[in-house]
Amino acid sequence: MDFQLIWFILIAVLFIGYFFLEGFDFGVGILMPFISRDEVDRRVCINTIGPFWDANEVWLITAGGAMFAAFPHWYATLFSGFYLPLLLILLALIVRAVGFEFRSKVDKPYWKKTADHFIFWGSFIPAFIWGVALTNIVMGLPIGEDMNFYGGLFGLLTPYAILGGLASTAMFTLHGAVFLTLRTEGPLMERAEKVAKMIWIPSGVLLLVFALLGYRYTVLFDEFGLIPGTLPLLAIISFIAGYFLLRANRTGWSFAATGGTIIFGTIVAFEGLFPKLMPSTLNIDWSLTVYNASSSELTLTIMSVVALIFLPIVLAYQAYSYYVFRERVTRDSIPTS
Amino acid sequence: MEELDLARWQFGITTVYHFIFVPLTLGLSVLVAIMQTFWYRTGDTAYKKLTKYFGKLFIIVFTLGVVTGIVQEFQFGMNWSEYSRFVGDIFGIPLAIEALMAFFLESTFLGLWIFGWNRLKKGVHLLCIWLVAIASNLSAIWILMANSWMQVPVGYHIVGGRAELTDFVAILLNERLLVQMPHTIIAGFVTGGLFVLGISAWMMMRGNQKEIFQKSARIALVFTAVASLLTATTGHSQAQDTVQSQPMKMAAMEGLWETEEPASFSLFAIIDQENRTSMREVRLPYMLSVLAHNNLTEEVRGMNDLQSEMEETYGKGNYIPPVAVVYWGFRIMVGLGMLFIFLAITGLVLWWKDKLQTATWFHKTAIIFIFLPYIANTAGWIVTEMGRQPWVVYGLLLTADGVSPAVTGTSIWISLSAFTLVYGFLAAVAVFLVIRFAKPGIPKEAKKKKDGIDGGESKDSDAFVY
Repeated sequence: MDFQLIWFILIAVLFIGYFFLEGFDFGVGILMPFISRDEVDRRVCINTIGPFWDANEVWLITAGGAMFAAFPHWYATLFSGFYLPLLLILLALIVRAVGFEFRSKVDKPYWKKTADHFIFWGSFIPAFIWGVALTNIVMGLPIGEDMNFYGGLFGLLTPYAILGGLASTAMFTLHGAVFLTLRTEGPLMERAEKVAKMIWIPSGVLLLVFALLGYRYTVLFDEFGLIPGTLPLLAIISFIAGYFLLRANRTGWSFAATGGTIIFGTIVAFEGLFPKLMPSTLNIDWSLTVYNASSSELTLTIMSVVALIFLPIVLAYQAYSYYVFRERVTRDSIPTS
Repeated sequence: MEELDLARWQFGITTVYHFIFVPLTLGLSVLVAIMQTFWYRTGDTAYKKLTKYFGKLFIIVFTLGVVTGIVQEFQFGMNWSEYSRFVGDIFGIPLAIEALMAFFLESTFLGLWIFGWNRLKKGVHLLCIWLVAIASNLSAIWILMANSWMQVPVGYHIVGGRAELTDFVAILLNERLLVQMPHTIIAGFVTGGLFVLGISAWMMMRGNQKEIFQKSARIALVFTAVASLLTATTGHSQAQDTVQSQPMKMAAMEGLWETEEPASFSLFAIIDQENRTSMREVRLPYMLSVLAHNNLTEEVRGMNDLQSEMEETYGKGNYIPPVAVVYWGFRIMVGLGMLFIFLAITGLVLWWKDKLQTATWFHKTAIIFIFLPYIANTAGWIVTEMGRQPWVVYGLLLTADGVSPAVTGTSIWISLSAFTLVYGFLAAVAVFLVIRFAKPGIPKEAKKKKDGIDGGESKDSDAFVY
């Protein structure tokens, strides 16, 4: 059996899970300052993701651990190569978590204001940088013969990569807006819904431009050819369907649809890369692939057994957690402090 | 060279900092779970109040552990890419399993516990905190498995310049793991126990709900007494294992330059690393032979002999770790460990004499002891990690060969400064919040609601909402 393929898929699954789940709580963090009218609104927003955000973040931690175990070279090249961007993501995730957990601990305006900044920037920065990073990977990177990354920070900040960052930010924000529409009620819900409808079309245009320019700038279409096939199409259909589902007040389905765009979009990136993990622009033969970057067969076998047992269990109890907290968060549920 | 030093400083700072919060989390999660179990079993609301009181403190500490832990998961790749390439086939396994098995479990069920006070059945809610406690400790097992392999590599062969797995069971049952894991986890229990004891003592001293805090003090006393004794015995096993598996580390821990037979135990020494000698030594004859081998006569090898041996095996180089740090780190850890046992026994005696509520001198001492386990934990961690130098994987890979070639000194300066600033800020916030939430104690119940069972329920029921 081709364990490299299995692990490539599993890591893709972990990133998909991460972008889907953390995507909406990034969106909530980005939108919170703009759609809240008062302190209670802000707390409602935070509590919609209160029980979930930490577990959502673990998808990233697990993806990191899985890359280390299954593709050590990928782990080593990616995180040493994207050193400063990753540092920014880590710092952002730190202050964001602190913002969530400590915001309600002191009832002073300066304290809450600081926490709000932490939450906003802590959500916006990773949402943006993940887009930039992923775009850079699908564009190819200056990777040398020794598998190390030989480009500076500014080599990563090309206009197209920045467009990728904007696209991911827009997508996560939209996903978060629909999530808020699903999880709140009353005027706050109406504002969230209004924002979703308002940014849907501009975001669509942005994503489409990003996707079309992908023909020019990325290696993805070397694999796909001119007509990209089903998956990108599904991403587009899902995106359009979400808009009309929201208009038809099928918020749950609309949320599934924005999630669908994230899922299919991420699959497109991974599928287009395969069997490469990080294409080299210096010499295509220096690219990291699932074969030259992977662990031994024994390690991959053991990891497969572990994943086979535990991933379903994780999914089950995470689903349970979402089930327990399925009700909308109301203003009344926020205690007056 | 500059990159290497900076990378080491960064790893040291971020890891030691992370390891301030982790041991406390290990112990405190179990203690909060025990308190909630008492409430569940007896229906005594005092335990519910204690659960909530210490639960809030636990969440603050846990948050810091989580956010500093995210950095840990990635910084092997960031700063130690060549290390990661070399060990990934083996080292990555426990790391990935840790995330999959433990991090998901603890984060999901902590969310359920924090927000589920009114939503879940009592028994299910209790199960949540136990799952958090179990998951925290599970994660410790996996990460210590990874660390144990760096100390004592087993179950591998070298293929194409990297270590590849040959025997997974050997890694699961690495003898270093079997001694290091209980010692580290139980030290975490001591940390949690002394935290609860110290805060309970503080509250009793302030006259806040003495009856209630006497209950938590008792739980903490039993817990700490057992754990501090076990820390000592497991620590002894670990040291004896180190004599066999990492004799150089052991010799450095003892400041032992020349091989001795029988070996004496050093009580005090001024280490002169450059001239490979120690001054003003106070030594107890035979004692090191006893500690290392359980007899009065056996030889313990010194650093000079070991250095020549290692040069024969691995080629020219300096294989002696920074001795003074390791020597004193070990003494600080052991000395504090003894004090913890002593304090716990003193507390038990006071309990026996029914003076736990009134012995102010003991309260004051216990408050000071809140802070000491972090010094002991850090010292122990430094002994085990610095004592391994110059190796990152003992006998297989030098620390100097593990560093990322693609990361510049400037980048590390930026990250090192950023982490130091942010972590310093977080430490201040954490201490501020712990004091702020600990200080008011548990509020007295309003007498008005005399008829209501579990009075005050509705008011504090949402206390954990963000």
